Amino acid sequence: MASLPDAEQLCERLARELAARVGPSCAMIGIHTGGAWVAERLHAALGLKEPLGLLDIAFYRDDYTKQGLAKDPKRSKIPFAVEGKDLLLVDDVLHTGRTVRAAINELFDYGRPASIVLVVLAERDGRQLPICAQHAGARIEVPAGMRLRLKRDDQGRLRLEFVHAA
Amino acid sequence: MQRNPQLNEHGELQHLLSIEGLPREILLKILDTAESFAGVTERDIKKVPLLRGKSVFNLFFEGSTRTRTTFEIAAKRLSADVINLNVAVSSTSKGESLLDTVANLSAMQADIFVVRHGSSGAPYLVARHVKPHEHVINAGDGRHAHPTQGLLDLYTIRHYKKDFGALTVAIVGDVLHSRVARSLIHGLTTLGVPEVRVIGPQTLIPAGAAALGVRVCHSMREGLKGADVVVMLRLQNERMSGALLPSAQEFNKHYGMTAEKLALAKADAIVMHPGPMNRGVEIDSAVADGPHSVILPQVTFGIAVRMAVMSMVAGGG
Repeated sequence: MASLPDAEQLCERLARELAARVGPSCAMIGIHTGGAWVAERLHAALGLKEPLGLLDIAFYRDDYTKQGLAKDPKRSKIPFAVEGKDLLLVDDVLHTGRTVRAAINELFDYGRPASIVLVVLAERDGRQLPICAQHAGARIEVPAGMRLRLKRDDQGRLRLEFVHAA
Repeated sequence: MQRNPQLNEHGELQHLLSIEGLPREILLKILDTAESFAGVTERDIKKVPLLRGKSVFNLFFEGSTRTRTTFEIAAKRLSADVINLNVAVSSTSKGESLLDTVANLSAMQADIFVVRHGSSGAPYLVARHVKPHEHVINAGDGRHAHPTQGLLDLYTIRHYKKDFGALTVAIVGDVLHSRVARSLIHGLTTLGVPEVRVIGPQTLIPAGAAALGVRVCHSMREGLKGADVVVMLRLQNERMSGALLPSAQEFNKHYGMTAEKLALAKADAIVMHPGPMNRGVEIDSAVADGPHSVILPQVTFGIAVRMAVMSMVAGGG
């Protein structure tokens, strides 16, 4: 199995890439849980004026009728007005695109942003919706039967790893 | 062993009939999920698409305004369609049985039945007869249970006091007729509250109260001392038959909550009441409207709690 890139370095690279995008109406939103970890890093590195927003898309998932409510839904916290903002929407891994679809739907229940840019630490194949990331730290081939996961250790360091798909 | 009628084969919440018998993890999951929904109710657009296309039937065989309204708001904020039936004045008065009423609504593609009934156990009967995809939520049955009220009380207590593990909770008044008290007591003991007291005259405390794990007190002085949470119950005039009490005035003198009596509790105690209040009977206005009162926040929290319960039962726990 190919070795995975270092997640901390990917965060740094993304932060450098995003620096050019940051304007006065820019604000960041991380998707629970992995996306929020990445967003914390990027938000600190970019020094954005607005506090970081956190989104849990549990109430907007499209598989509720099959799967029920997610195990541990968190409270979405968006501590700024979404209306008119240029949003950087951050997730850890872009796979089917369904999480991003749900996140965009939820964001529009807070207001009408001027724009949304999708930023992901890593993207893989398997898209089921016409969604693509404007900024991706890496493109990673995922072996059949495996999933790509972001983990955070006790020291708070981020690490990508393959886990067996459930 | 017979399966808990509230849980499905995976141990997930299928119906909400009573707090009694629900495992601690399920109670905590309801409270945690409600906490997430509380965020939704603070937004401009207070609606999420979870129950889009589902039908919630509010089936009230007994009058209620607050409970029915908060269930209706909760269902609407989940994007469900809500149908309110005031059954007391319709089919039942024409002689239709409870199960026939439910079967007819089921034929109209119901997904959730919210049932309030004057007879204890009626929601259990409905739950036994609904189809697998249909869910029953007890909105109060006789003297038995009012689980969503108990849950919103637990939510309120956790919101203000954070940790159940070191609390003293005093429940005051007509415990005998109160399904609210019964549900709350089961919740508090399941979540590990070390001291639950019930305070009231002997005639309004159920005979087996101590078996529920509560301390029975007959004076406010004894019962309120050091309490973190004081739950006032409504004096249920309409349920009162026989000589349980000399008069409402007499009750007020001994067990009505006044600022003076509240001073016996902890300085940061909260005062709760399930409503509707009889001002000047079980609670004075100075307390109901005072700084310790969390009676109106209880109503607000009740919406998030009912959203959590509906989304959990309809989503298979």
